Amino acid sequence: MASVPKTPLVPEPLQPTEPDGSPMHPADALAEGGLTVVDWLDERTQISPGLRWMMYRKVPKGINWAYTLGSATLFAFLNQAVTGVFLAMYYQPNVNGGAYESIRNINDNVFLGQFVHGMHKWGASVMIVLIFLHMGRVFFFGAYKYPRELTWIIGVVLLILTLAMGFTGYLLPFDNRSYWATIVGVNINNTAPFLGPYIGDFLRAGPEFGATTLSRFYAIHMMLIPGIMAALIGFHLYLVAKLGISAPPWLKAQEPEAAITTVEV
Amino acid sequence: MNQSEKEQYLREYSILKNEGKPFFPYAVAKDSIMAVIVMLVIMFLSMEFGAELGPKANPTTTTYVPRPDWYFFFLFEVFRVMKEVPKYTPFAAIGIPTLCMLGLFLLPIYDRSPERLITKRPLALAAGLMTIVTIAFLTVEGSSTGSPNEVQVTPPSGLTASERTAFYAGEIVVGESGCLGCHLIGDYGNNGPGPPLTHIAKILEPGGIAATLRNPTAPMPSFAGLAQQSPKKFKYLVEFLSLLH
Repeated sequence: MASVPKTPLVPEPLQPTEPDGSPMHPADALAEGGLTVVDWLDERTQISPGLRWMMYRKVPKGINWAYTLGSATLFAFLNQAVTGVFLAMYYQPNVNGGAYESIRNINDNVFLGQFVHGMHKWGASVMIVLIFLHMGRVFFFGAYKYPRELTWIIGVVLLILTLAMGFTGYLLPFDNRSYWATIVGVNINNTAPFLGPYIGDFLRAGPEFGATTLSRFYAIHMMLIPGIMAALIGFHLYLVAKLGISAPPWLKAQEPEAAITTVEV
Repeated sequence: MNQSEKEQYLREYSILKNEGKPFFPYAVAKDSIMAVIVMLVIMFLSMEFGAELGPKANPTTTTYVPRPDWYFFFLFEVFRVMKEVPKYTPFAAIGIPTLCMLGLFLLPIYDRSPERLITKRPLALAAGLMTIVTIAFLTVEGSSTGSPNEVQVTPPSGLTASERTAFYAGEIVVGESGCLGCHLIGDYGNNGPGPPLTHIAKILEPGGIAATLRNPTAPMPSFAGLAQQSPKKFKYLVEFLSLLH
C-alpha cells in the first residue's frame, strides 16, 4: 500500500455545516434536521418505496376533470370526519335535555359553531352529489369492467353506507323534523318482509322509540359506519392504485411496435 | 370477457398507461384544485343556508309532517306511489330499492362485454339515462308534492248542514294532526304504518273511534291531549272519521 486513504470508508455522521465547513444557517440546519428525522422514520418503516409507487405511478394519458370526482368524494368524506369530530366535542346524545340543547348551544354560543354544523350538514349533500357523479363517470366510461369489478362493488357498498350515514345523522339534532322523519323511516323498515321487524327493533333498541334509540343512532353514525367506511375507502384506493386508473374509453392504444418507439426509457 | 380479451385489454392498457404522466404532480394538482372547489362550495352552502334547528322533538305532537332530506325524496316518492296498491306496499317499498341496489351491486357480474365506449353500448346507455331521468323525476315529484297535510275528500251525499260543517272542520283537524303521516284517507296520506282510514266508519262506531284516538296502540300518538285542550276540534275529528263510510 502506497498511501493510506485520507477519508475513512464510513463517513462521519452528518453535521449541520455547509459543505465548506462553515456553520450552517439555522433555517438550513432545521431543514437538515427534518431530513434526518424522515430518514430515521424511513429506515424503520421502509415506507418510501410504497409512497414512491403510490405517487409516481403513471396515470394513462387523456385523463380529464371527470376523473377528479372520486378524490373529490374522498375530500368530502374527510370534511365530514373533521367537522364531525368538532361537533362531537359539544354534542350530547341524551334525549331528555341534552341532544337538542347541545345543538342549540353549538349553533348559538360555540365559536363558529353554526358554521361547522352547516359544513357538516351541507357536506353530506355535497358528498352524495359527488358520489352519484363519480358513479356516473365510472358507469359511462365502462370503468367497472375487467379488472376493476371489485372496485365497483366496494364503491356500491360505500354508497349504501353513505346513505345510512345520512339516515342516522338526520335524527341527531333531535328537532321535530329529525324525530318524525326517523320514526317514519324506521317504520318503513319495519314493513319489510322477514327481516323488517328485526331491523326495526335493532334501530330503535327495542320495540319502542326510547332513550337508548338516540345513543344507538349516535354510535352507529359516529363509530360503526365511519370505521367501516374508512377501511373500505382504503381498500378502494389500494385497488385504484394497484390496477391503475382506467384510460378514457375513446383512446386506442397504438400498435405495439409503433408504441415501443415512443415510450420514454 | 374471455381470456384473450382480458389479455388484450391489459396489453393495451399498459401501453396507454406508459404514455401517461406520473400521478404526482399532474393528477394530484387537478385533484387539489377540485378539493378546493368542493371546500368552497361546502363553505358557501354553510354560510348561505346555515344549519337551522326546528322546534325540539315532541313525541306527543300530532301536527308535524315528516320530510326526509332531499336525497331521500326519490325513495319517499316511491313509498308514496306504492300506497296505491296496499297489498304490495311492504314488498314494493323495500323491495324496489333493494332490487335497484342489487342491480348496481352486481353490475360488473352481469355486464361482462369487453366494449367500454358508451356509444357502442346502447343498452347500457339507455339503462343509465333511464335511471338518471327516473331518479331526477322522482326527486322533483317527491319535493314538489303538495302539502302532505292536506286532505280533501268529497263528503258523502245526504249530509245535514251541521254534519257538513263538521266534515269540513274535521278535514282540517286531520290535516293539522298529521294523521296522514301514517294513514291513508282516499288518495291522501301514506299507507302505513297505520291502517287506511278511507272506510274507517264501516269498522268502528263513533265511540270506538274516539276511544282509539284517546288510547291508541303504539306507535300512534294519543289524542287525549287534544280532547282536553280543544274538545271542539276533537269532536270534529271524530265526526269526520265517523262519516268515512
